[in-house]
Formats: sequence, structure tokens, C-alpha cells
Amino acid sequence: MMYEIRFHGRGGQGAVTAAALLCRAGFLAGKKGVQAFPLFGAERRGAPVKAFARIDDEEIVLASQIYEPDYVFVFEEWLIEYAIEGLKKDGWMIINTKKKPEDFDLDCKIATTDATGIALSNNLKVAGFPVINSSILGAFPKVCEEIKLEHITQAIKNYWPGDIGKNNAHACEQAFNATEVKE
Amino acid sequence: MILGISGDEAVALAAKQCNVDVVAAYPITPQTIIVEKFSEYVANGETQAEYVRVESEHSAMSACVGASARGARTFTATSSQGLMLMHEILYVASGMRLPIVMANVNRAISSPINIHADHADSMAVRDSGWIQLSCVDAQEAYDTTIMAFKIAEETLLPVMVLLDGFVISHTLQNVSTLSDEQILNFIGNERKSENILDPENPKTFGAMVLPDYYSEIKMQQIEAMDESKKVIENTFKEFGDLTGRRYPLVESYKTDDAEHILLCMGSAFGTAKVVVDDMRAEGKKVGVSRVKCYRPFAGNEVREAIKNAKSVGVADRVAPFGSYPPLYLDTKASCDGINLKSFVYGLGGRDVNKDTIKEVFDRLEKGVDEMFVGVRE
Repeated sequence: MMYEIRFHGRGGQGAVTAAALLCRAGFLAGKKGVQAFPLFGAERRGAPVKAFARIDDEEIVLASQIYEPDYVFVFEEWLIEYAIEGLKKDGWMIINTKKKPEDFDLDCKIATTDATGIALSNNLKVAGFPVINSSILGAFPKVCEEIKLEHITQAIKNYWPGDIGKNNAHACEQAFNATEVKE
Repeated sequence: MILGISGDEAVALAAKQCNVDVVAAYPITPQTIIVEKFSEYVANGETQAEYVRVESEHSAMSACVGASARGARTFTATSSQGLMLMHEILYVASGMRLPIVMANVNRAISSPINIHADHADSMAVRDSGWIQLSCVDAQEAYDTTIMAFKIAEETLLPVMVLLDGFVISHTLQNVSTLSDEQILNFIGNERKSENILDPENPKTFGAMVLPDYYSEIKMQQIEAMDESKKVIENTFKEFGDLTGRRYPLVESYKTDDAEHILLCMGSAFGTAKVVVDDMRAEGKKVGVSRVKCYRPFAGNEVREAIKNAKSVGVADRVAPFGSYPPLYLDTKASCDGINLKSFVYGLGGRDVNKDTIKEVFDRLEKGVDEMFVGVRE
């Protein structure tokens, strides 16, 4: 079965790398088909950014963008209205927020985690801005059985060798533990 | 080894493993990762290649011409405006019979400025005497870059490897790689050349040729291009024997009994295969073919692939001005008597998705003769 995942963030938050890391985690989980790609507009900090990932047991031949995702990641609450577009009826929305899933009135399953708070507490910043990709990915194993937490933390450590990887993997674990879900 | 890498990274890795001597390149989106990655290899001492930083693409190709004429295995990469700036020197490279390999990451041409996938750039230089091999994904970009060196050095023609901007260049996927040893056994450790500049054995390259000989020189180049098809086929076959990954000049999917066929190039082929499966599940007899070997144009193979269809949609990713687009024209010239319709989609990175492909098949079924797909009124 193929899972399609879409990331909604702003330039500099790490949405493109998040898609790449999830795809690498998929590979570590033994998936034959993994694919991750960004949709760039003008490349500038702060502009809305979309990134995509597909994970499948079989090789993936599809080369188009994702219109009806199984999962969407929302890096900031105001992006919810864009993220919900096309999300499957039984799809999951993973939101970076201090709020609880019950605080949202949305026609989908919801997972929340305070990825910004966790990134800041681990000093994960670039140019003064929190980079939340490693944190928010921690919520994914809570809502998708196919990918385990250790696949994601390993992908993070492979991507950033040394202490940077360890810090990011730690933030990922914290976010995993802090994730709340509502089906 | 299987690596999770993008199309650009796959091309850079392949060029490094092919033991290139000289890379002269200028960065341009979406090709940038190729030259960034390669300069990283040089800085880390992972290759002995000389990386020449130049001030423009015109200079990049000029430096490649010089290096290749001296006998170096030479590689570069570009996109869009960069390829346009090289235009003049592309003909010098092919006219001097220099086996340069270049990756062109297909991107739209300004104006208006746009960084996304479109075939206008490589199509604008299709008659510059370079072999052009098109790719569907990162794996194929890796494989084709390796094969390109063997083809170039056997034919003494430069080879352009084409991959769609972002859709292939920036898409991370699993790429099965070969060992350096496997690759060098396949293409040869070093470039074997007699046709080089050598002070011990002086020759003149690219000299002035007047009307009394120009036609004959061009005929030699034309014949070399025609004959390169055999070398390309043999190289594809040998590579298939080595890796199990077989590339035909024209690849087809479920076309044998197809009533309607889409003929395309590049990354759209993958998505089209999914649509063909979906439509076949509804009982519709459709299929898709794609041209891998665009120069020399694999016309016989195209005709063979599509000849039994009721209608064939030839889809170009190029804006045609005042005539039909290039893939259609090439196909038309090779497929007398076959019912062909010209379609244009995916300009400037407009997503070629399942709906786009379905629309082409729907128009073919209904006999609607309307060229542009997915364009707002």
C-alpha cells in the first residue's frame, strides 16, 4: 500500500528536509518505494513551502504532486486551511501547536505536538529561527504503524552525523512522547 | 549499494565514478546540486578531477572543449538559460567530435522567468549535433550518465543526458549504484583517444573549411550521428546484462493491443503508466510509449511501437510558436499514415498529473483535436 504525505511549512522551518528524512526513514523500515520532493516557489525565508513524500512496499512510478494525501503535516496553525485541501476522509493531520486535538474542529483525524517548544528547548535554531522538522516527525509513528520511532531517529542521525544528529533525534523522541491524538 | 539520493546527486555520483578528468561548470537552478556535489567531491579529495570555476556557461562549455580536445574525460551540467548561453559552443564541441558528457536539467526559458520543468531548453539545441538521451527518474539519470561516457567515447559525439527539473533533479528516491570497478570495467578506465591535441603529434582542430569541403565534413558528422544508434543500442544492452536494468530506445507500456497511445518524453511516463493501469481497469484499451533516444531520433522504433493504434497523442512539454512542437514533428516525419494528434502540457512546471494524462486519452477517444492540456481560459 502506498502512503502519500504532504508537508506545509514556511521557508526555513525545514519542511523540505522533513520530507526527505521521512523518506529515508521509510527506506530504513524496509520500504522498496520511497520518494520525497519539494515544491519551490521563490526561495525565501518565511514564504509558504510545500513538500511531498510517498512511501510504498513496491517501487513508485508516479511522478506528480500529491493532491489527496493520507497524512498532512502542518508547521503553523494558519496553514491548516491549505493543508486540509484534498486530505482523505480518514486522513491524519499532524499539527505543530501547544493546543490539544480537541481544540480543533476539523473533519479529519488529528495529532498535535509542540514541535516549536521542543525545538527551542533543544536549541535547534538556524539564523535565530526554530527548525522543527526533526521534532514534528516524532508524531508520525504515533499515527502510522509502518514507520517506527527508531527508523526516524536513525534517519536523523544518518543525515546529521555527530552531536547535531543526536540533539535532533532527542527532540524527535520528546515530540513523540508529547504527541496527543484524536481519531 | 542502494542510496536514497536525488536525481542531481545521482548524476554527480555517476560522473565521479566514471573517473572524469575535468569538470567546468557554472551553477544554475535546478542543476545546481550536481555541480555543488561535484565540487564537494573535489574539495574532499574523493576525486582527482580538476574542477574549473568559470564565469559563465559560455566559458564552461569552452573550457570543456579545450579539456576534451586535449584528451580529458570531460563533464559538465546546466539548465535553461545556461544551455542558451552555451548554444554557440555546443556546435563547436560536436563539430570537433569531442566526447563531452553534459547533464541538462530541463527547465523553462525566460521570459517570464521560471525555474521549473519544461523541455524548451534541450529542444532548442536538438540540432546541435549532440546525442540526447531522456530519463524518467533518478535511477535512470544515474545509469544514463554512465552509459553516456561509453557512447560518447565510442562515437566521438557529445552526449546530453536529460532529466526534468525538480520532478527528477530534486526528487529523492532509492538509487541502486554500481561499484567504481564495475563502472570502469564497463566504460574503460580512461578515455582512449587518438583524436586529441598532442604536441608530439600535432593536429589542427576546428580549422577554417570553405565551401569546397564543408558539406563533406558535415556529412561525416551526420553519418556518425546516424550510426551512433547502433552504439547506443549495444551500450544499453551491455548495461542491461551487467545490471538487469534494460533501457530500450523507445519504451512502451501496454501498447500491444492499445487503441489509443500516448507518446511522451521524461518523467510523465511514470505517471502515465499509473493512468494506463487505472483506465485498463475500466476496460479501456490504452497504452503509453516514451522516447528515450531523442537524438538520433529513434523513428523506426517509435513507428513500431505505435503503428497499430487507432490514434496516438504526441505530448510535448514545449510551447510551439507558429508551428507544431518538436516531438510531434519528429514523430510525424517517421510515422506516415498513422493518426497522430499533437498535445502540449506541463509548461514551466505545470504538474503533469493523472488528470492531465486522462485528458489526453479522453480527447483521443472522442477525437477532439485540441492541442493544449491543463491551460486556463
